[in-house]
Amino acid sequence: MIHFLVHDASDDVGVAVVDISAGSDCTGRNLTTDKSLKAKATENVPLGHKLALKDFAVGDSVTKYGCVIGKVVQPIKAGQHVHIHNLKTKRWA
Amino acid sequence: MAKHKVSAYRRENGRVGVRNHVVILPVDDISNAACEAVANNIRGTLALPHAYGRLQFGEDLDLFFRTMIGIGSNPNVAAVVVIGIEQGWTQRIVDGIAKTGKPVAGFSIEGKGDIRTISEASYQAKDYVQWASELQRTECDLHELYISVKCGESDTTTGLSSCPTVGNVIDKHCETGGIASFGETSELTGAEHIVAGKAVNEAVRKEFMAAFEDYTKLVFSERKDDLSESQPTKGNIAGGLTTIEEKALGNVEKLGKRTKFVGCLKPAVAPSAPGLWFMDTSSAAAEAVTLWAASGAVVHLFPTGQGNVIGNPIEPVIKLSGNPKTVATMKEHIDLDVSKILQGEMTIDQAGDALIDMIVRTANGRLTAAEALGHREFVLTKLYRSA
Repeated sequence: MIHFLVHDASDDVGVAVVDISAGSDCTGRNLTTDKSLKAKATENVPLGHKLALKDFAVGDSVTKYGCVIGKVVQPIKAGQHVHIHNLKTKRWA
Repeated sequence: MAKHKVSAYRRENGRVGVRNHVVILPVDDISNAACEAVANNIRGTLALPHAYGRLQFGEDLDLFFRTMIGIGSNPNVAAVVVIGIEQGWTQRIVDGIAKTGKPVAGFSIEGKGDIRTISEASYQAKDYVQWASELQRTECDLHELYISVKCGESDTTTGLSSCPTVGNVIDKHCETGGIASFGETSELTGAEHIVAGKAVNEAVRKEFMAAFEDYTKLVFSERKDDLSESQPTKGNIAGGLTTIEEKALGNVEKLGKRTKFVGCLKPAVAPSAPGLWFMDTSSAAAEAVTLWAASGAVVHLFPTGQGNVIGNPIEPVIKLSGNPKTVATMKEHIDLDVSKILQGEMTIDQAGDALIDMIVRTANGRLTAAEALGHREFVLTKLYRSA
């Protein structure tokens, strides 16, 4: 079973395609390279939500579709849930 | 792509429609009651009540007339009865629709009252509906259908599955000489550089960026906060979308991989040549689809993640979703399930072919989920307040 998908080779987040529970070992696939990926989720990540594939510091950019989708506002560890509590738009600011 | 045929209505001006509506069209808000009474009297007619049409002026009035004339002129409409409070604007809409060659007649209420107007208009509507009921579908090419695309209640699954499925269809449709249109100016924010890169030439790129920057200026002059309350929407956020950039990058998957867009349209303006066109629309679903219907689009493709339920009275809206939860919990709204893409059990190309099959079936007469459920959202875009 695939737990998460990654759009582009340069992306640092994956998208959960099933509900992922904290502590689970996850299998992913990169849609551009077709490579298989592994990650350990440390938090629950609901279907459609993002899973951090690396550690981020405040001020870092997050990349999805090979493009920047916003800036980190709370530190994020690989395996954590990335959403509005730790990531904000760079637009309209 | 193999040449697909559809069984559809070829109108007097050569354009191809997939429905055969006899529309009872109010010029203004205060003529809604008469139009609805005519539609009650005559089975098979469709009244399109709306909220505007009085004391509009300038660019807003131009858009109003373009929308009303465009709706009546849409190839999904066989004939039109127009009812307005006074004769002048009623006749202006009748004359605009008459250019298509289809039957159209106008009635005005002043000096006569509702009851006599309803009576006269009902006789006319009865003649039209009987005439239209004898029109036959004929074999047409799929590429003769003008298709519009817009997503709604998006989530991250739309960017992974349903939007690229539409993009696949856009590539196939435009390569065979079809006409298509996308818009949603505000929801391109964060991906405008990708859209700009898909313009066929520098002039079109500049025109697109001018429309995008106009909108950005408007938003910044009206804003009281950073807009993150409305973009992404609460539904988008529930579905996992965090920022407008992320939402826009999923949205533009609908534009296809290979297709360049050939021009930019003001709201409710008909494309003048084959290919993909940008239209400067709101991102609100009912407003945007109404503008495309007014520009002559006959089928709309609507990817949804969290489950939008929109329909349009004259342009069938085909909904597709790749979110397995939505497909299960809101199944009555979904025409095509592409959720197998998420597990790699369906490719985007296969999903595109499945969507083309659904377009053909819809064109041939299959009712969409929104049609079967009675969704007839007819919402005019208003640029500013009336005088």
